[in-house]
Amino acid sequence: MSAETAQNARGSGGASLFSDQRFRSLFFQALVIGLLGAFLVFIVYNTAHNIEKRGIQTGFAFLDAAAGYDIAISPFMEYTATHTHGRVFLVGLFNTLLVSFLGIIAATFLGVFLGVLRLSPNWLVSRIVYCYVEFTRNVPLLLQILLWYAIFLALPAVKQSITMFNDIIILNKRGLIVPEPLPGDGFMLVPVALVLALFASIFFARWAKKTQAATGKIYPVFMTNTAMIIGLPLLAFAVTGFPLDFAYAELKGFNFKGGVVIKPEFTALWFALSLYTAAFISETVRAGIQSVSHGQTEASEALGLRPSWTMRLIILPQALRVIIPPMTSQYLNLTKNSSLAVAIGYPDIVQSFGGVTLNQTGQAIEVIFITMLVYLTISLLISGFMNWYNNRVSLVER
Amino acid sequence: MSVTEQQYAPGEHPDLPPPLGEAGLIAWFKKRLFSSVGNTILTLVAVFFLYHVLSAIIFWTLTGATFTGETKADCDLGGACWLVIGDRFHQFMYGLYPTDQYWRPNLTFILMVVAIVPVLFDNIPHRGKFLLFSAIFPFIAFYLLSGGWGLETVDTDEWGGLLLTLVLGVTGIVASLPIGIVLALGRRSNMPIVRTLCVCFIEFIRGVPLITILFMASNMLPLFLPEGVNFDKLLRALIGVALFSSAYMAEVIRGGLQAIPKGQYEGADAMGLSYWQSMRLIILPQALRIVIPGIVNTFIGLYKDTTLVSIIGLFDLIGIGLVAVADVKWRGLAPETYAFIALLFFISCFAMSRYSLWLENKLHTGHKR
Amino acid sequence: MSNASTNTSKKTDEVAIQLNGVHKWYGQFHVLKNINLNVQRGERIVICGPSGSGKSTLIRCINRLEEHQQGDIIVDNIELTGNLKNIDAIRREVGMCFQHFNLFPHLSVLENCTLAPIWVRKMPKKEAEEIAMHYLERVKIPDQAAKFPGQLSGGQQQRVAIARSLCMNPRIMLFDEPTSALDPEMIAEVLDTMIELAETGMTMLCVTHEMGFARKVADRVIFMDGGEIIEQNEPEEFFNNPQSERTQKFLSQILAH
Ligand SMILES: Nc1ncnc2c1ncn2[C@@H]1O[C@H](COP(=O)(O)OP(=O)(O)OP(=O)(O)O)[C@@H](O)[C@H]1O
Ligand SMILES: [Mg+2]
Repeated sequence: MSAETAQNARGSGGASLFSDQRFRSLFFQALVIGLLGAFLVFIVYNTAHNIEKRGIQTGFAFLDAAAGYDIAISPFMEYTATHTHGRVFLVGLFNTLLVSFLGIIAATFLGVFLGVLRLSPNWLVSRIVYCYVEFTRNVPLLLQILLWYAIFLALPAVKQSITMFNDIIILNKRGLIVPEPLPGDGFMLVPVALVLALFASIFFARWAKKTQAATGKIYPVFMTNTAMIIGLPLLAFAVTGFPLDFAYAELKGFNFKGGVVIKPEFTALWFALSLYTAAFISETVRAGIQSVSHGQTEASEALGLRPSWTMRLIILPQALRVIIPPMTSQYLNLTKNSSLAVAIGYPDIVQSFGGVTLNQTGQAIEVIFITMLVYLTISLLISGFMNWYNNRVSLVER
Repeated sequence: MSVTEQQYAPGEHPDLPPPLGEAGLIAWFKKRLFSSVGNTILTLVAVFFLYHVLSAIIFWTLTGATFTGETKADCDLGGACWLVIGDRFHQFMYGLYPTDQYWRPNLTFILMVVAIVPVLFDNIPHRGKFLLFSAIFPFIAFYLLSGGWGLETVDTDEWGGLLLTLVLGVTGIVASLPIGIVLALGRRSNMPIVRTLCVCFIEFIRGVPLITILFMASNMLPLFLPEGVNFDKLLRALIGVALFSSAYMAEVIRGGLQAIPKGQYEGADAMGLSYWQSMRLIILPQALRIVIPGIVNTFIGLYKDTTLVSIIGLFDLIGIGLVAVADVKWRGLAPETYAFIALLFFISCFAMSRYSLWLENKLHTGHKR
Repeated sequence: MSNASTNTSKKTDEVAIQLNGVHKWYGQFHVLKNINLNVQRGERIVICGPSGSGKSTLIRCINRLEEHQQGDIIVDNIELTGNLKNIDAIRREVGMCFQHFNLFPHLSVLENCTLAPIWVRKMPKKEAEEIAMHYLERVKIPDQAAKFPGQLSGGQQQRVAIARSLCMNPRIMLFDEPTSALDPEMIAEVLDTMIELAETGMTMLCVTHEMGFARKVADRVIFMDGGEIIEQNEPEEFFNNPQSERTQKFLSQILAH
């Protein structure tokens, strides 16, 4: 901001110079536009020529053409080789969003946990976390993805599967097989109870705040709400008579039938993305908490606030302003890094649509354009959120 | 407590050592490991965890590992089978570079060290002359590696392994610095068209994953070129990597430009310097100095990201690793291969991040004084 | 401010703070050496001494921002030990103002003042705000209540910090160089606030080099050097007739400016 004013000052330097400078600026910009235009014309001309010569199709008609290849992972919608490339796009997009979403959740929990451990007064614990963070951050993510994938593929074959909890969970090189939940009558009450609990906890938090303002009495809001959010759905589950069955996997012939198979491609990618990003997030969290000066803690304690309240009322609100922006950009990085799926064949948008579809149709320009557009949209959404947040919480300074 | 405190005249009290257990090693242990019940439990858990992890790692990498032998069958100790690394060591270093020409990458590497040292440390004698060498080093390196004019030509297809990784990293940073500076200045320019163009370019590149840019470079770039002109795979990858890192570099440099106090800009104006003069003589030298740690961090990211070229079919360290893993002779030795590559990356990236940290500290103390 | 002493002692016989043979080490470094000090309720004490002599450390030991290793500290008949209950109790009775104010930048001036009453004294918000406004009026900035610390001048910030401590209704106030980060014209406004506070009979321990303030309000001036109390006396005696050589040297240096 200060720089802009500096440049405005430059612009209004002297009246005699002004017209001259404006002319120079106009001339320079015209030159830039001219060069860029010429460059574009050059590229468009070459591209048109090359496309014609190589007999590549143009346009987006291929989105309606049959893809003709299989995709191993499509948890959200039916997909077979007869579906269109447009469908491939959707399957890939959802797979990208799936692994990114789950990765963000895991990375956040792990990262915050590690960041707090890093600040632990216990020297040994803090050192162990430090080593983990340094090691993870300084090895390329692609390598970590490959390593996890290699580890999952090195698991025993189907016949020698590792089974846990009485054959309920089965682990082999084809993936992790867990029972498929089959909700029965009345199960709907459980999610309903969860939603109710969420509303109730919001209500309780507000009520507690109001009561505190009026009478000064402090209620254990966090504990109560946690109990409610966990307890209410459980209660509903018990009252309706545990209406949940599981379809267990069984070995039939050479493979397991039934159950939900979580493929090693997904697990490897999810592990690697979460562990890698968690290392960065833990540093962000550490830096954020350390950015709050020690004087704040001292002032708060001198006023008689307990350490836990000091954390909640003084340190965290200030640290969050520092933490949230780099944290969102880590989320963005994770989403972009999920495109490394292509290295191990997890069918995200880059592997399926940007990879196989591109090779089959040869329509590189359209395919890459669409793929990039997806990431750009996600980026814009996230950075839009970040700007909104920054404006909301920025400290008022003199 | 102290039953009879010895009396001293005011101002005569000597410095006494702290009571036993209040300072030194014992106090340190008490404070940092066993200060409370919870802390003690944490320490015990950590020791237990560390013991198991470390013993597993030591067993796998050293005591249970096989270092000598010919084939995979020799690896029967239960730990890692490092034979695959020995067998393919040259490939990991040079790719398919002709064996009798290894002296060329070796010499280039030594020259690279000579060229980098004066850039990294500002307290060596005759720094100016060395910097001159640093400036012309990329051309020497290119000549040495690709040949021509008396040297046997080596196709870029044959470059690989660590050599290729270094080529990509160094070219990426050398190319992205000037482009990044231009973009950063453009983004802060008061010419709306220039500014818009720079913002769009930077935000576009930063909004998409590197792999899509590499796909673009390898699939779309050939379509953009006139008939008959053909960029080889390496050049295409280099263009992608350079464009990618220049956007990030631009943001780092912009941070530096923003940190320069307004007075400096005004001062330069008051001296009657033109825009380019004030940038070159006053603003950029200061801004770049501030952002060197940021540049090093960007470079660490770039260096790690160069591994993505293995996806578009180049044989960098990971590309060679993938070939080694696919070798029937060494089937199933992926963990060993990846662990070796990870170690190479860890050493270099960790060293660089330490350097950047050191610089930051130096910079901060410099500001205080 | 004139040098004429308007000192009207509010000192009583009740003991507010008692330090017996207190020693403190930072690692191997012996910072506080055999400190013995009794402070009466209502007494105003000014502590001075060269930089690094342990003044801050001493008063920070009194509300346990620092831990001492030997000797006893008794505040309001509560002994300071590792016992968290005692520490809580003492911190509720002892207010502190810092050199760099340490206001909470994310809270408004009013919220800064009501935070501790609401969470520590479990006071209804309304009541806490009334008290806060009362003290903000006492320090003469009630009109700034809705602003954030970042929008105030240094002098205003320090006065908010004083008000914030007073809101907890402490019986003892500690000041650690409250004016040394301020410009001259702001020093006066903060000192005036402190003088007014002294006149209400508050027990005060101030680390400061404002000798005018010391002459005006202090019941006792303490000179520290090298972690020891070298000399203590009534201000008149202390300034006009310093006993030890070190005190003389320190005073000549400080009054030369
Ligand atoms: N946390 C600490 N660790 C180690 N040494 C410390 C620490 N805090 C203070 N010291 C040392 O203890 C001595 C006394 O410090 P203290 O802050 O009490 O001095 P002071 O009299 O308040 O000085 P000033 O007038 O400069 O504020 C100094 O020599 C200082 O270097
Ligand atoms: Mg001090």
